[in-house]
Amino acid sequence: MEFSFTEEQQMIRDTARSFLAEVSSSAAVRGVMGSELGYDPDLWQRVCKELYWPAMHIPEAYGGLGLGYVELVATLEEMGKHLFCSPFFSTVCLGANAVLLAGTETQKQQILPQLIDGVTASVAYTGASRRSDCASVEGIWERTADGYRLDGYWRYIPNGHSADVLIVAARTPFSTGPDGISLFVVPSDTPGLERNYLPTMDETRKQAEVYLRDVFLPEDALLGEADQAGQSGECLEKLIALAAIAVAADQVGVAQESLDSSVAYMQERVQFGRVIASYQALKHKAADMMLKAEAARSALYYAACVADEALRGGPLGEELLEAASIAKAYCSDAAFFNAGCGIQLHGGVGFTEEYDIQLFFKRAKSAETLLGNAAWHREIIASQLLDGEVMGL
Amino acid sequence: MKLSFSAQDETFREEVATWMGENLTGEFAQMRYRGGPGDEHVFVEERKAWERKLHGGGWTCIGWPEAYGGRGATIEQQVIFNEEYARAGGPGRMGHIGETLTGPTLIAYGTDEQRERYLPGILRGEDFWCQGYSEPSAGSDLANVKTRAIKDKDSGQWKISGQKVWTSLAHESEYCFVIARTDSESVGNKGLGFFLVTLDQPGVDIRPIQQMTGTSEFNEVFFDEAVCADSDLVGAPGDGWKVAMGLLGFERGVSTLGQQMLFQNELDEIVRLAKVNGASQDPALRQRIADAHIGLRIMRYNSMRMLSGGGDDGSLQKEAMIYKLYWSSWHRNLGKLAMDVMGPESEVLDAAPYELSRLQAMYLFTRADTIYGGTNQIQRNIIAERALGMPREPRG
Ligand SMILES: Cc1cc2nc3c(=O)[nH]c(=O)nc-3n(C[C@H](O)[C@H](O)[C@H](O)COP(=O)(O)OP(=O)(O)OC[C@H]3O[C@@H](n4cnc5c(N)ncnc54)[C@H](O)[C@@H]3O)c2cc1C
Ligand SMILES: Cc1cc2nc3c(=O)[nH]c(=O)nc-3n(C[C@H](O)[C@H](O)[C@H](O)COP(=O)(O)OP(=O)(O)OC[C@H]3O[C@@H](n4cnc5c(N)ncnc54)[C@H](O)[C@@H]3O)c2cc1C
Repeated sequence: MEFSFTEEQQMIRDTARSFLAEVSSSAAVRGVMGSELGYDPDLWQRVCKELYWPAMHIPEAYGGLGLGYVELVATLEEMGKHLFCSPFFSTVCLGANAVLLAGTETQKQQILPQLIDGVTASVAYTGASRRSDCASVEGIWERTADGYRLDGYWRYIPNGHSADVLIVAARTPFSTGPDGISLFVVPSDTPGLERNYLPTMDETRKQAEVYLRDVFLPEDALLGEADQAGQSGECLEKLIALAAIAVAADQVGVAQESLDSSVAYMQERVQFGRVIASYQALKHKAADMMLKAEAARSALYYAACVADEALRGGPLGEELLEAASIAKAYCSDAAFFNAGCGIQLHGGVGFTEEYDIQLFFKRAKSAETLLGNAAWHREIIASQLLDGEVMGL
Repeated sequence: MKLSFSAQDETFREEVATWMGENLTGEFAQMRYRGGPGDEHVFVEERKAWERKLHGGGWTCIGWPEAYGGRGATIEQQVIFNEEYARAGGPGRMGHIGETLTGPTLIAYGTDEQRERYLPGILRGEDFWCQGYSEPSAGSDLANVKTRAIKDKDSGQWKISGQKVWTSLAHESEYCFVIARTDSESVGNKGLGFFLVTLDQPGVDIRPIQQMTGTSEFNEVFFDEAVCADSDLVGAPGDGWKVAMGLLGFERGVSTLGQQMLFQNELDEIVRLAKVNGASQDPALRQRIADAHIGLRIMRYNSMRMLSGGGDDGSLQKEAMIYKLYWSSWHRNLGKLAMDVMGPESEVLDAAPYELSRLQAMYLFTRADTIYGGTNQIQRNIIAERALGMPREPRG
């Protein structure tokens, strides 16, 4: 048992840290977050072609680096810490994972190298729904003579307005839950596709709504084998879990930086003739924040190990849904707690536009909502624990 | 990162499980899951006998080096032993303090003579130890101990006078390690000595203190010129603080995974109860039960990180500082959850005059978890100062 980073994993994290410190400074973030695109496309090309981040956990057979989810979350944690604005989450954690989970060999060979090379992607599955599971899929697909017809409305889609490739989850008419679900690749120039930018409170994370009105797609648009159409509910479930672990990583970064920046501020700010870091009320708050950040990190790293085995095969893979819900529940609360406390510890300046803690506070909330908040994931755990048979009676 | 144990370790796991299955039977079976924190007053003689049984199987002091009769078990093996011990329902260890505190302290700081005199009794489950740190005026502020040790010029022996308090299981112990002032002029953490004191002597008076649980697990211990040989001083006069602090660092959290098995057992009982009495349908309680489950899983991951991440010298990384605050707070919440899941039944005792059910006793005892071993406030001070580098508390 060695539940800590290897030297190589530490190196990957440190590289991400120093790169992001340079390119994702407060000024850089503020420079791009107001735009509709929401990121710097030149920087994205550098991320792909110099750092190979989108290639990280993709198997070598598809042009990737063949590293694991642990390396991926280590990098995502740094992105959260630096409020990085990029299509990484939507392209890699949604798009590439969808192809890895549901695609045929040919589709993996064809799509993954593009995503590694700078093409952006996203996955649209949820309608205008409070839910975050398969039941939130409302859009419809049907077979046609030479392909598929899709129709419906999707909302809250990360980078959905700008993604080069959109992967859409839809269900057969009248199906429910995980039944009848398929994933389709929808190129951005598809007739009948309308995508609108949704302005959001957290400007570092972009969302869109997507309409597909009577859209016709060819046979090969379906992710997976044609005779398996309608059977991708389980893939979608796993995809949501893998993506939730990625969000949890971002949250750990937010939780950590909210703590670090607050401690740094308190060490400088003097009131009543002392640095405010010397007041026990504030020290204890900071200690609670550290507890949250570290426990969140433990949940995250465990979930990352599980995700690795879920993707590559291994006994821990069985725990994917549980580990993802544990991580997403705890990390959601931890990030929000720490960012909220962070504003308080900053006093009046915490409430200003100028200080970054407000950006972390907003990112904490958007990450919490994304893919199910803490209460949602606790209910998943509760139903596992409580809704089965009573043992030992 | 690698979460699995080696094949060798898994074989070791089977060995422990098999031994427990074959030996925690007969007269010992009644003690399964008993005698843990909050329940330490039960089956005392039987648990002492169990220690000797454990020794017969080679299962006491497994982390000690072989030279002192241990197995030189790796951290992983110690973790596995504690897990399997708790999984089998192994009773609360009477020998815990001697094995995890006295032994490692003597191995690190003691003389050969001290090791020869005291280690075999601990190993064989014959001698039991207690910890004489706290005093009426030295709780969180341990360095404020007032108990004095004066060296008798004629006999060369030390005479110890003063009062210890909250001394767990002193009434069931042969020996107590005592921090006392060797330099009567000194203050704070200077001028202290670390003494190995025999309790069965005229100068020692042990009086049980009744707890809010109605039971007595800890004591006041009065020393009135209690005698301690010079050879029973660990380190030199003045080294007491160094030894006392070193001791607190030895445990390194290996027993925590065993403790978590007990917690799991309590949580399982709460879940079972909730399903039976309908609490499982209450949305607010569902959230809290799930939260408890999540919290316990994360506690396990915390300790796995803690055990993997330290330096070769046994030192821990900064993140290990959250451990006590995390588990004590979690367990305290579990106690309240247990009561809320029981509902009105939570008030009704098993029997008069004051016989608590297991969950009721757990609920009350969890209020001590956030006090002993460094209160939650002291833990927060430590985290803020040592992990986050914030200014130290001013001293009065
Ligand atoms: C929306 C808004 C409107 C305002 N309007 C006005 C206005 O109209 N007129 C006006 O004069 N002011 C106004 N203020 C200022 C407000 O009164 C101050 O922000 C407030 O008193 C806190 O002071 P500070 O911002 O300097 O924070 P600081 O005093 O620097 O506090 C920073 C942190 O340290 C903590 N802290 C400080 N000292 C101690 C201590 N001794 N013990 C424990 N913790 C401590 C604080 O609780 C806080 O968490 C406004 C502020 C806001 C946010
Ligand atoms: C069940 C149980 C078993 C025990 N067993 C043993 C044993 O075997 N051997 C032994 O030596 N001791 C034992 N203890 C004693 C235990 O270590 C002390 O109770 C503990 O260290 C707290 O000291 P105190 O009770 O004097 O409380 P105090 O130190 O007086 O604390 C009172 C309150 O003040 C707070 N406080 C104190 N100082 C600060 C500060 N600087 N900043 C913020 N808050 C502060 C504390 O957190 C607490 O809330 C046991 C205690 C219990 C409850």
